[in-house]
Amino acid sequence: MFECVAIGASAGGLHALRTVLSGLPPAFPVPIVIVQHVEPKGDCYLSEILDRATAIAVKEAEDKEPMHSQTAYVAPAGYHLLIERDGTLSLSLDEKVNFCRPAIDPLFESAADAFGPGLIGIVLTGANADGAKGLMRIKEQGGYAIVQNPRSAESPCMPQAAIDAVRVDRVLDLEHVSSFLARLVKGFGHETGADG
Amino acid sequence: MIQIEEALESCVCPEPGAAMALVRDRNDIDSIGIDLLLEGIRRRWGYDFTHYSYASMRRRLEHARRDAGFKRFTELLDRLLYDGAFFDRFLKHMSVPVTEMFRDPAFYRVVREKVVPVLKTFPFVKIWHAGCATGEEVYSLAIILYEADFLSRARIYATDFNKHALDTAEKGVYPTGNMVQFAENYRASGGTGALSDYYSSAYDLAKIKEPLKERVTFSYHNLATDGVFGEMNLIFCRNVMIYFDQTLQDRVLSLFTASLRHGGCLCLGTKETLNFSKVKEEYESVDTRQKVYRRTGGSLV
Repeated sequence: MFECVAIGASAGGLHALRTVLSGLPPAFPVPIVIVQHVEPKGDCYLSEILDRATAIAVKEAEDKEPMHSQTAYVAPAGYHLLIERDGTLSLSLDEKVNFCRPAIDPLFESAADAFGPGLIGIVLTGANADGAKGLMRIKEQGGYAIVQNPRSAESPCMPQAAIDAVRVDRVLDLEHVSSFLARLVKGFGHETGADG
Repeated sequence: MIQIEEALESCVCPEPGAAMALVRDRNDIDSIGIDLLLEGIRRRWGYDFTHYSYASMRRRLEHARRDAGFKRFTELLDRLLYDGAFFDRFLKHMSVPVTEMFRDPAFYRVVREKVVPVLKTFPFVKIWHAGCATGEEVYSLAIILYEADFLSRARIYATDFNKHALDTAEKGVYPTGNMVQFAENYRASGGTGALSDYYSSAYDLAKIKEPLKERVTFSYHNLATDGVFGEMNLIFCRNVMIYFDQTLQDRVLSLFTASLRHGGCLCLGTKETLNFSKVKEEYESVDTRQKVYRRTGGSLV
């Protein structure tokens, strides 16, 4: 059984995240953690914008916050978001990764370590290669890897880099991600044989 | 004792909105290696990282392991146990100070507008800046107190467990190149003078002027292992506790609560919170966004 969904997005990510999250049912049974590349300074209303567009709750992640189902947690601007072994969230000001903070790799790698086969990782649109290493770790730890079809992405680089680096489980057009996710967490369409 | 959490079978909470109370220890081999390594460091060198936030600790240890050319954490442990010079270099990996003068200008504006007026109700104040790293924020506070004409009535105790960082802090010498950003922060924090009035430049270095340093005492203190620091009116501890797990955060917050006078202020990093801590009830919020708290309770005698 899946316990958590981790999503990484960069250029074009706002639209992509809105599409994915707004397509999820309100009773989506597992928490979602999100890194969207953003400018480090200033206020970031990403979580508010997404919250208004979706049935599940979307909020900015707080340090040492426990995760709840039906909720998506977004990395604050200027901080890495990581998952602890006990499934709580933590923030870090450690150096940038792939020139980004927040970066997708630290989230994916720590979530893979915490959840193992219980994690679904998703790489969406973006103009760099962040997330590819993290998705690799998710597969090493037995998790499930989904990548947005680069042809349906506003910026194809990031999903393409993930596909080149990892044997992904699914490549999906953007509009199909949420319905597939909803089925997957209910236990349908899980083909990797990972124990749950 | 290494804390090994109860291994539970993975489970999804089916209840709507229920907390994911998964206490799980997947016990992958690297995770065992890391636990052993941290325990070894604690027993061999007295530095206790066992209650640091695991996720970022693991990333740093992965860097340290790769830099040293090892495949396994247990190999790294072996070297750390027997090679003191190697351990000293390793220790620098473990605390990566990221700091600026007037970091988060909006926070320092709140210090000017809401914290300083509280301090000014006392004839003399003691301030503890815990985890001061290389000192940029210590001097930022000193500048604010100076501009409020209050520095001469304050004593700032600035502590850190990283001796290299403390040395830098005490010298108060920074690359001139950083000053452009610092000056921008200073103005955004409500500074009306010129930051350059507070340092002297020579070649590519900027040296904080003596009057700002006179009221500051730098000393070694490890939040993970050391004790209370007397009757403070204000405690600064910014972006330090995000590297600790909840257990160690609770320890440190109890330490602060025991060190802070009633009515004294506690300033955390802008993304840190008392919300998930045990001492939450002992504080009221002075500024919710900038994470400035004031200790309540007890008599005001």
